[in-house]
Amino acid sequence: MPDWLIIRTFWELTVTGLALGSIYALVALGYTLVYGVLRLINFAHSEIFMVGTFGALLASSQFLSIPLLEDGNYPYRTGMTLIIFLVFIMLIAMLFSGIGAVVLERVAYRPLRGNGDAFGAIVLAFLTAFIVSLVFVDQAKINVIIALLATAPISYAYMRFFKQGRKAPRLAFLISAIGASTAISEAVGVWSKHGRDQYQTPRLLEKKTLFTMFGTDVRIDYAIVIVGALLMMTALTLFVNKTRLGRGVRAVAQDAETSRILGVNVDLIIIVTFALGGVMAGGAAMLFTLVYDQTRFNIGFILGVKSFTAAVLGGIGNLKGALLGGLLLGLVENYGSAIFGGQWKDVIAFVVLLVVLMFRPTGLLGESLGKARV
Amino acid sequence: MSEVLLDFNNVTMQFGGVTALNEVSLQIKQGEILGLIGPNGAGKTTCFNVMTGVYAPTLGTVSFEGKNLAKLKRFEITKVGIARTFQNIRLFSEMTALENVMVGADARKKASVGGAILRTSRQRHEEKESRERSMELLQFMGISDRAETAARNLPYGYQRRLEIARALATEPKLLCLDEPAAGFNPAEKEELNELILKIREQGYTVLLIEHDMNVVMKVSDRVAVLDFGQKIADGLPADVRNNPAVIAAYLGVEDNAS
Amino acid sequence: MSLVLNFWLRVTALFSGFGEQFRAMNKWQRYSAYGLGVVALYLLPYWPDVPVLGQIVNTPGSQFETVLNDQVVIFVLIALGLNVVVGIAGLLDLGYVGFYAVGAYVTAILTSAHGNLPWLLALPIAVVISMLFGLILGTPTLRLRGDYLAIVTLGFGEIIRLTAKNMDWLGASRGISNIKKPPSMFGLKFGVLDAKPYFYLGLTMVFIVIFILHRLEYSRVGRAWVAIREDEDAAELMGVNTFKFKLWAFTIGAGIGGLAGVHYAGKVGFINPDNFPLQLSILFLAAVVLGGSGNMYGAILGGILVAYMPERLRNFSDKRILVFGIVLVLMMVFRPEGILPKRVGNEHKKRRARSQEGEVAS
Repeated sequence: MPDWLIIRTFWELTVTGLALGSIYALVALGYTLVYGVLRLINFAHSEIFMVGTFGALLASSQFLSIPLLEDGNYPYRTGMTLIIFLVFIMLIAMLFSGIGAVVLERVAYRPLRGNGDAFGAIVLAFLTAFIVSLVFVDQAKINVIIALLATAPISYAYMRFFKQGRKAPRLAFLISAIGASTAISEAVGVWSKHGRDQYQTPRLLEKKTLFTMFGTDVRIDYAIVIVGALLMMTALTLFVNKTRLGRGVRAVAQDAETSRILGVNVDLIIIVTFALGGVMAGGAAMLFTLVYDQTRFNIGFILGVKSFTAAVLGGIGNLKGALLGGLLLGLVENYGSAIFGGQWKDVIAFVVLLVVLMFRPTGLLGESLGKARV
Repeated sequence: MSEVLLDFNNVTMQFGGVTALNEVSLQIKQGEILGLIGPNGAGKTTCFNVMTGVYAPTLGTVSFEGKNLAKLKRFEITKVGIARTFQNIRLFSEMTALENVMVGADARKKASVGGAILRTSRQRHEEKESRERSMELLQFMGISDRAETAARNLPYGYQRRLEIARALATEPKLLCLDEPAAGFNPAEKEELNELILKIREQGYTVLLIEHDMNVVMKVSDRVAVLDFGQKIADGLPADVRNNPAVIAAYLGVEDNAS
Repeated sequence: MSLVLNFWLRVTALFSGFGEQFRAMNKWQRYSAYGLGVVALYLLPYWPDVPVLGQIVNTPGSQFETVLNDQVVIFVLIALGLNVVVGIAGLLDLGYVGFYAVGAYVTAILTSAHGNLPWLLALPIAVVISMLFGLILGTPTLRLRGDYLAIVTLGFGEIIRLTAKNMDWLGASRGISNIKKPPSMFGLKFGVLDAKPYFYLGLTMVFIVIFILHRLEYSRVGRAWVAIREDEDAAELMGVNTFKFKLWAFTIGAGIGGLAGVHYAGKVGFINPDNFPLQLSILFLAAVVLGGSGNMYGAILGGILVAYMPERLRNFSDKRILVFGIVLVLMMVFRPEGILPKRVGNEHKKRRARSQEGEVAS
C-alpha cells in the first residue's frame, strides 16, 4: 500500500471517527449528568436514545412524508428548507427522548428514592394490570382495556405504599434501570410496525462532499453531525453554567442533602437532569439516523454501552470528559477496526473500557459534575 | 514505662489543600488507655483512619511494634493487631449479632473455600472456635441474649457494644474506639467506662477517641489533645485538664486574640 | 385495601408458616420429609401422568420433560451460581451468560470441533476453564467500584458472544454441532429424543451444587461474602481479605455458570452464538432477583418461575422478556428483597443457641 493511501485512509477514518465520536459524546452526556447527580448508572439511557431514533423516523416519514431514498419524484432538500427540516426532525427526536427520560425517572427511579408520586403510581399500576392480563389473553387491545380499568384501584394501593416512603438499596436502582431498559426496547420490538426488523429512515439530503481536507472528502452529513454535536454541547454547557436551574444541577451534584436544606427543589433538579440528558440523546438519535439511515428496537444497547464507555473514559460526571471520551472512543474504534477488521469493532470498544478502568478508574479528566468549571 | 506499641512519627495528612494532621507525633504504650480528645474537626478520626490504613499519610510514618504500617493493606493491619470501631455504627446489618462477631474472629482463621466444601477437621475446629469465642465476647459485652438477632434490629446500645465485640474478636493488641459513648445517657456511659476498664484488664491496649470529657478523664491513663491537626498537649488527665492551651482550644479562645 | 399487597402477604405467610411447621419436626421426620421431596423431584417427568396434578403442571405445546431439563434445570443451576455473585456477595454481574457460553463452547471444542474427548472428561475441564475466565475477568475488575462492574461484565458477555461469532476456530455464526452426549450410566441412556435422563443428571447436578453452596454459605467464606455485601470497607477493616473473597465468589459463580453450559451443550448437541444473547443475562438476573436475591432457595424458586411460567402460559412467549423487564421494575419498587427474602442467620443454629441459653439459665 503506498504511503499516500495510508495517510488518506487515516484522515478518512479520522473524519468518520469524529462523527461517530460526536454521537457517543452526546449520549455520554446523559450518563454523565445522571451519574453526577444521582450516582446512578442510568442503564436505560440507551433506550432513550433508541426512542429518539424512532421519533426522528416518525417525524421525517410521517410528519414530513419524506420517502425512503432514491425516489426520483422527491428531490433532496437543500439550503434553508433543509435546515428547517433538520431542525424540525431534531426537535421531535428531542421531544421523544426528553419525555421518555422524564417518564423513566418518575416511574422507575423516583419511587425507589422513597418519594414516588401519583404519576409513577398510575403508570406502574397500568403496567401491573397489563402484564397480569397478558397471562390470560394476549391481545394488545383487550390487555390495554383491562389494564386501564384496573389502573385506578391498583394505583390507589400503590400510592398508599409510596406514602411509607421506603428507600430502596443502591443495587435496586441499577436493577430497576436494567428492567426498564429491557422493557422499553422489547416494547418497541413487540409492538412497532415492523417489530424486531430493521427500519430504514428516510434520507433527506444528498450525501455529497462538502469540502476536501488533507486530501479527504468530508461528506456533508458528517459535517452536520460534528457541528451539530458541538453546538448542542455548547448550549448544554451554557445552560449548566449560566442558568439558575443549571446552578441547581451543579449544587445537587455536589451535595444533594445540603442543597435540599438550602431550599433547592431536588426532585425538580433531578427531572431537569434527566430531561437534559434525554434531549441530548434525542439530538444524537437524529444525527445518528442522518448518517446511518436506519434504526432498530435494540439499536440503543451497543451504542449505549459505548457511550457509557466514553463517559467513563473521560471521567464520569464530567461534561468535558464526555466530549473528550466520546471523540477518543470514536477515533480508537475506527482506527482499530481498520487494523483488526470491522467485525471486531464492538470488541475493541469493550477492551478499551476494561483497560481504562484498570489503569484510570476515574477517567482521563477525573469525575466531577459539581466541581465542573467547564 | 512499658514498651511502645504504636508509634506515630511526625505524621502529616493532607487532603487537597487542607491539612488534617500536621506533624503529629504520638506514642501508645503497651497496656495503657490513651484518650485522644479535641474539638470537632481537630483530626481525631483522621488519626484513626491513618492508623487503620484507610488513608496513607502524606508525610511521616506510623509503626506498630516497630513495623511500618504504610505498606500493609487494610485487612493486613487488622491481622497485625489493630482493631477499631466506627463513630457512625457500621455493622453488617443483615447478619446476626453472633455472625458479626464471627466475621471478626475469622480474621485469625485460615480455612477457605476448599476447607469449607470438604469440611476438613481443621475447618470444623476453627468454626467451633470462632463460634465459641464470639459467644464469649457477646457474653463479655453483656449482649449474648440477642446473639441471633439481625444486627439492624438490635437496640442502639447493643449495636455500640456489638461493634466493640466484633473488634475484640479479631484478637487485637490495640483496640481503637471511635466515640463509643456517642448517644449514651450518663448511666450507660458509666457502664461503658467499666467495660473499657475491664477490657484493659484483659490485656488489651486501648485508644479512646471521645467527645465526652468525663468519660475520657475517668478511664484514660494518659490523654493527648489535638487541635486543628496539631497535638497541643499530652500527659496525665489531671495535667491536661489544667493545661491553658487545652482550655483555650475547648473554649474557642484564639491564641493570637489578644 | 390493595388486593395485590394482601395477596403478597398471604403468599409469604404461607411460606413462613410452612417453615415453622417444618422446623418443629424432629430430626428423623425432617430427614424423611427431605427424602420424600427428593424422590418427588426425581419423579417430576411423570407428574403430567397423575390425574389432577398433570392438568396443572403440564406444558402445552412442548414436552414436559424437555422443559424441565432444557429450561428449568438450566435456569435453576444458573440462578444458584448467579445468586452467589449477586445475592450473597453483592457483585452485580450482567455478563453471566458469558460463563454459560464458555462452558458450552469448551465442551463443544473438546468433544467435537477440535478434540474427541468424552463428555464426562470435558465436564471438569470446561468448569475449570469457566472458573479461569471468572478469575481473568475478576482480577482487574473486582477492584472497581460496584456499578462499574455491572458495565464491564456486560461488555464481557458481549465479547464472548462476538468472539464466538467472528472466529472460524469457534465455528463462527454456524456454531458447532455433533457435541458428544453424556455416557450411559446407571442404566440411563442419553439419546436424542428422551429428555428424562438429562433431567435426572441435571437434577443431580443441582443437588451437588446446593450441597457445596450450603457448606460455603455457612462457613467463614459465606460470612465474608455477606460482610462484603453489607459494608465492604468495614469488612476489610475487620480483617476480611475482601478482594480474595470477591474473586472467589466470582470464580465459583463462573464455574456454576460453566457447568450449566456443559449440561446444555451435552443435551442439545449443537450450539451457536445466538444461543447466548445478552437478553439471557437479563433473564438470569430476573430469576435471582424475583425469587429472592441472597437466599439460595429464593434463587431456585426464581429460576423455576422464570423458566417454567412462559412455557406453562404459552400466551406471551414472545413477550416474556418484556414482561420480565416490567416485573424487575415492579419488584424493585415494591419488594426489592424478592419473593423469598434472605434469612438472617441459620435457623438450626438459632434453635441450638436457644436451647444452649436455656441450659445456661437453668
